[in-house]
Amino acid sequence: MLRFIGKRLWDGGLTLAALVVLTFFMMRLAPGGPFSKNRKISPEVLANIQAKYHLDEPVWQQFARYVRGLLVGDLGPSMRFRDYSVNDIIASGLPYSLTIGFWAIAVAALVGVALGIAGALRRNTATDYIAGTVGVIGIAVPIFVIGPLAQAVFALRLDWVPVGGIEGGWRALVLPVLVLALPNIAYISRLTRTSMIETLRENYVRTARAKGIGETRVILRHTLTGTLLPVIAYLGPATAAIITGSILIETIFAVPGIGRHFVDAALNRDYPLVMGITILYGGLVILFNVLTDLLRGWLDPRVRHE
Amino acid sequence: MSDASLPSAAAPARGLSTLRLQFARFARNRLAMASVAVLMLIVLACFLGPFLFPFTGEDADFDYILAPIDFTSPHLFGTDDYGRDLLVRTLEGGRVSLTIGFLGALVAGVIGVLYGAVAGYAGGRTDGLMMRFVEILYGFPYVILVILLSLVLGGGNLALFAAIVFTLWLTPAVIVRAQAQSLARREFVEAARAGGMTGWQIVLTHIVPNCVSVVIVYGSLLVPEVILSESFLSFLGIGIKEPQASWGNLIQAGTAAMETDLRLLLLPGTMLATVLFCLNFIADGLRDAFDPNDR
Repeated sequence: MLRFIGKRLWDGGLTLAALVVLTFFMMRLAPGGPFSKNRKISPEVLANIQAKYHLDEPVWQQFARYVRGLLVGDLGPSMRFRDYSVNDIIASGLPYSLTIGFWAIAVAALVGVALGIAGALRRNTATDYIAGTVGVIGIAVPIFVIGPLAQAVFALRLDWVPVGGIEGGWRALVLPVLVLALPNIAYISRLTRTSMIETLRENYVRTARAKGIGETRVILRHTLTGTLLPVIAYLGPATAAIITGSILIETIFAVPGIGRHFVDAALNRDYPLVMGITILYGGLVILFNVLTDLLRGWLDPRVRHE
Repeated sequence: MSDASLPSAAAPARGLSTLRLQFARFARNRLAMASVAVLMLIVLACFLGPFLFPFTGEDADFDYILAPIDFTSPHLFGTDDYGRDLLVRTLEGGRVSLTIGFLGALVAGVIGVLYGAVAGYAGGRTDGLMMRFVEILYGFPYVILVILLSLVLGGGNLALFAAIVFTLWLTPAVIVRAQAQSLARREFVEAARAGGMTGWQIVLTHIVPNCVSVVIVYGSLLVPEVILSESFLSFLGIGIKEPQASWGNLIQAGTAAMETDLRLLLLPGTMLATVLFCLNFIADGLRDAFDPNDR
């Protein structure tokens, strides 16, 4: 087990290092600096600005400076918002993104698993078909179609919740969380359904039933761990899906989270901010992939010995 | 892929090939066949439809600005705030989205298959290195990579296309590699090697053709993914830009006008959702037909 943990952590670290190197040099290759959009500035001023952001140094020196900053958790200054550092901007946006992301995952896991189990236990009944339909809609209809439609219906027509923004406490969170959760509900319920059907066929489940254990207890005590293994394996990809979704959600619902900042930074070519958020996102995905692997290894010995 | 399909792929002339049996099985799937029909209709409408109208999607008609749905006027589904015909714009946008979708899936599929086949056949250190590279790219959140790449490549349609292809060849590569690994140990590959074929010849004539059914199944899943990425980026303003229409930027424009007029959001949104529904059903049908063991 210790060797397994060590190997996974080492792999994760390597991937993270490669991510930092790739991102840095990709940003240096990108055409058009952050200042080319501004009105004409004199060469002296440009030289001053470049000196301030160390853009006049050789690339390897800039890279060394960036990595040194990264090691102490400093992502450098933003080039667009002159008075703020990338750390400030991320710190201001992250709470919103994390809140929405956390609740979306929680809702998706609960509803998805419940729908999947219901579908598996009542196969080919109305329950199963309803769960299946939710699944197909969640997978096929993109967030950026469902989101605006939900706004039009529940906020503009019915006026139950705010259209967007962050005013209004939990009511402002309802739509973003539900819309972000929907595609994940779809994936999780599909995964749970297939895996539950498979687990119910296992010999040990038949044994448990033959011994006269009640149905509820068989489901909760005997099949749940086996059923949830593939769902847990989805935790890593789900993080990536939530990040992807949050970029859209924050744009649609006007939430000042880091997803929105990332798109703005990309459009304005604010390279330090793009890099900072990329590394944060990449780090999160890698972290959750490693955690998922460890969790699976702990629950299922077969994974450890692959 | 079942073992039975391997010898018949090597001798396709004999009777009903496995491939043909698999397509027959697919043809019995009603939902999938209906999806194929609907998809064909939409493709035809997008590629031929705009020619039926005397104006293009970029012509502004100042007598009809923000016209509502009216089947008696020249603009069947009304116009947008510049007086451009919504239906024609949606069809032209569909042309862009569908072209990028199918071409992108094709290119990503070809790159992925070749990469995976070479890695799987070569094995050893080459395989390790090649797969390490794939793993690192997998570490990037997919959307972030697309956005970074389209920035690096300088924007524009070609950059968008390249960025999407570059992020989507990974999955077919991984799948084909696993297939190629097991194929590389089979007798007919050994016989080919003994007969003096070079590595490249073996990869192209023995490994790749035997991966066909896996590739068809996963390739069909690539198409909706490419279409989704394109419209996703266009929605954010990073992909295809005005005045050229794509489903993504039409939906974006529709969101902006949503408070007064849902029509601008609904038409392109419904088209996109319908195409994605169809493609998902087709992919499911292909998987059931080609991979009966895998539910």
